[in-house]
Amino acid sequence: MKNPLKEQRSEDLIYSKSKHFDKENFINLGVHGMNMVDLIEKENMKKEIPQFRVGDLVDVHVNIKEGDKERVQIFNGIVIARKGGGNRETFTVRRIVQGEGVERVFPIHSPHVVDVKVKKSYKVRRAKLFYLREKSGKAARLKELPRKKKKENS
Amino acid sequence: MGIGLLGKKLGISQVYNELGEIVPITLVEAGPCNVLQIKTEKNDGYSAIQIGFKDKKEKSATKAEIGHCKKAKNSPKRYIKELRVGVDDKYEIGQKLTVRMFDGIKKVDVCGTSKGKGFAGVMKRWGFRGGPATHGSTRHRTSVSIGAGSDPGRVVKGRKMGGRMGGERVTVKNLEVVKVDEENNLLFIKGAVPGPNGGYVTLKECK
Repeated sequence: MKNPLKEQRSEDLIYSKSKHFDKENFINLGVHGMNMVDLIEKENMKKEIPQFRVGDLVDVHVNIKEGDKERVQIFNGIVIARKGGGNRETFTVRRIVQGEGVERVFPIHSPHVVDVKVKKSYKVRRAKLFYLREKSGKAARLKELPRKKKKENS
Repeated sequence: MGIGLLGKKLGISQVYNELGEIVPITLVEAGPCNVLQIKTEKNDGYSAIQIGFKDKKEKSATKAEIGHCKKAKNSPKRYIKELRVGVDDKYEIGQKLTVRMFDGIKKVDVCGTSKGKGFAGVMKRWGFRGGPATHGSTRHRTSVSIGAGSDPGRVVKGRKMGGRMGGERVTVKNLEVVKVDEENNLLFIKGAVPGPNGGYVTLKECK
């Protein structure tokens, strides 16, 4: 993900002046090039990832291969966690199927994850919504109002 | 016979293959290495090459090291190893070996020094099951009997017990080469490689 703050401050950072600093990729390679791993991860990342956050109701478009045919399957649910960094970042989507909770973990940078579309945003107060697992029915559904502020701002 | 290089473990990560599957990789900076000495059947009784990896400051090298590397027109090296090569293989002194050698090679063996674990108990070191955790048990993580009584009258040699673990030379065989990056001297190896990040490793083609 882009971090505009970081880019802005790049000139001020001490290590940006170090000879090991790769300005193009904004990575300090370290004295022994130890952070080459970061660079490789950057190469293996999608250039643009869909914007969504924890507490969003999303449609995940997944590419599925059946024999020779490829088709897109949609997994709908609430994002309950985002985890990891670099090209290892994953997110967990939870939905209820026939009264049974189903969770799927998707790597964000996987080529199979074609798109993530945000349907609704809920107000959440924590980064991981694991408490939803213990709740069912109305208790789980009661997750506050959809966000409308965005429209006002723009 | 035998293609080999010296390298440095940079870290672990993952990449996607053509099928979109995740492949766990270890990133190894492999080479460039320089041939410092060639050992021949005639002179030394076996054929091998001595290669060096990464420069060392001249002030921290001994005169013997400086002199030895000077013969190959090189600066003193930090990590030097010998690799057995075939009698017919042709190498020159001072020759530069790069990752390009591993182009087209599918599998490698990797040697390195494993991470030191200090004094480790029997469960960690040998995978013993240990005793019950509860029900009045007091032997949670210990080994119990270490042999019979007065018949042998001693503990059999090689008995598995607690002790220093790790920090020894380990070889992991048959690791898949995922990618060769000539530009950055990088080798992408599938799976784990012994040692900490920044540790030196020896890479060899699988036999």
